[in-house]
Amino acid sequence: MLQATENLIAYASLGAVAPEYHIFARPPAALKLESGETLGPVTLAYETYGSLNQDKSNAILICHALSGDAHAAGIHDGEGNPGWWDDMIGPGKAFDTKRYFIICANVIGGCKGSTGPSSVDPQTGKPYALAFPFITIADMVNAQRDLIDHLGIGKLLCVAGGSMGGMQTLQWASSYPERVRAAIPIATALKHSPQQIAFNEVVRQAIMADPDWRGGNYYAYGQPEKGLAVARMIGHITFMSDQSMEEKFSRRLKSGKFSFKFDADFEVEGYLRYRGDSFVKRFDANSYLYITKAMDYFDLSGARLIQTGKVCPTRFLVISFASDWLYPSSQSQEIVRSLKRHQVDATYCELKSTYGHDAFLVEIAEQTNLIRHFLDRTQNGNGKKS
Amino acid sequence: MTTENGIRADHRMIFDIIEPGAKVLDLGCGNGDLMQILEQRKNARVRGIEVDLSSIYQCVEKGLSVCQGDIESSLEEYPDHAFDYVILNQSMQEIKNAHFLLVEALRVGARVIVGFPNFAHIGARISLFFKGQAPVTDALPYCWYNTPNVRFLSIRDFKAFCREKGFRIVGEYYLGAKKRRYLLPNLFALNGIFVITEAAKKGPQSP
Repeated sequence: MLQATENLIAYASLGAVAPEYHIFARPPAALKLESGETLGPVTLAYETYGSLNQDKSNAILICHALSGDAHAAGIHDGEGNPGWWDDMIGPGKAFDTKRYFIICANVIGGCKGSTGPSSVDPQTGKPYALAFPFITIADMVNAQRDLIDHLGIGKLLCVAGGSMGGMQTLQWASSYPERVRAAIPIATALKHSPQQIAFNEVVRQAIMADPDWRGGNYYAYGQPEKGLAVARMIGHITFMSDQSMEEKFSRRLKSGKFSFKFDADFEVEGYLRYRGDSFVKRFDANSYLYITKAMDYFDLSGARLIQTGKVCPTRFLVISFASDWLYPSSQSQEIVRSLKRHQVDATYCELKSTYGHDAFLVEIAEQTNLIRHFLDRTQNGNGKKS
Repeated sequence: MTTENGIRADHRMIFDIIEPGAKVLDLGCGNGDLMQILEQRKNARVRGIEVDLSSIYQCVEKGLSVCQGDIESSLEEYPDHAFDYVILNQSMQEIKNAHFLLVEALRVGARVIVGFPNFAHIGARISLFFKGQAPVTDALPYCWYNTPNVRFLSIRDFKAFCREKGFRIVGEYYLGAKKRRYLLPNLFALNGIFVITEAAKKGPQSP
């Protein structure tokens, strides 16, 4: 673990990176969706880090969470923000760009360069809004598969991601087991529980209750900012733990005394308002609706993760966090039980953390330690001496 | 426990029992030392169950596949006959329902290798009889107040248990402080290692 931390300090970020765009399913072709509808043409915004080796055997697909995007690592020119998993991806890091070719694509339904409800519908010349078809996690993965085909990669060394990224990881292993040598689903689940669906429904209702949502046709007027901000505030509560909120805010007051007004007296109120307000500037409300619905529909329980009677060649590293109550360890253990039933090569670990669901973004040293060795083993085998 | 060429004596013994290429599940695999030699030198397909996080880190560093969990609830999901061997080395004495666990282990594996410290070792007897104190030996290194052991058994206890429950002992090995013991194991062996299977033909199950 110490080694991992030293490496993080010793190696800088990737530096400047830029998104690329893969356009496919152009008419008359179209991407067939699980709902029975079709979507096309489809644009996938993606970034890559490191270089693909000669036999194309070192490719790793990173899948992002609900509000993530293709910008997983490095820094865009003219924009200071490093990618959302910059601590994990780069030279010498867990996903070592000196050894691996890393790909991250924005999901379909998203709003960060890939086709989603805010994209222009070629049939009308206006944003899709609610004319955008419903998408599922499997649809997101099928779109990614087109990109992987386009890059000429037959077999991915690994697919990895946290939260909804973990769902995509599981979906990859389910849909294309022969194309995934290793899977790292982190802080995720085989299916949403009623509690998780309930939170998502409150989130959606918050957006749709805002009159500025206008039945989804708000693009000419501006975002339903109030509703979307409340939706994001709810999200942030579920991403933290009781303990991390106590440590971060306790009952501290912003200005040292009660205002006796409905202002943000407490630091936690200020934090949530800030998070909500900044979110409306960067994320499309309809995308939030579509993507949360895709998460709720996701269900790989029962025999759906690995088909009965089939041998799953994929190795798994399943990681959960002790204080994550949104995607509790019991859900990761359900994944592990499913893998055991089919005798799949699996490692499972519940990491100690007080950060709640956010842990997969911030608990770097422990994840790095596990992932580095797991990938090393996947790439090099066990170095058997007979 | 004593080591030879860096390999613990009990690990060496279990290593010798297992055939090349076997499918092995190690319950309470610790830092994975045994799994590693089984994998590298016997080409075994090994899996581990371990509860301790730092031990799991060490296993993953060795490239081993380990699931975090407690031993007693870890077997349920494995299909019947998934493994050739299930190893329960130096962990059975920490198990509350040992009978149920062994039944489950024999469902999941064709053979179960059980290794445990012998509570009737002469050192333990002397400690109890002459000093009047709970024994602390090489194989039982804990004091009464910090031992993880909840079951204290002797080699003779285990053999009687197997007879009573219908487990067939197909191999028995005894370890002293330095080497194998053959004579009066219940008195002189610090550790016993047994290979058990289900009885060939089971009569009606006792209630």
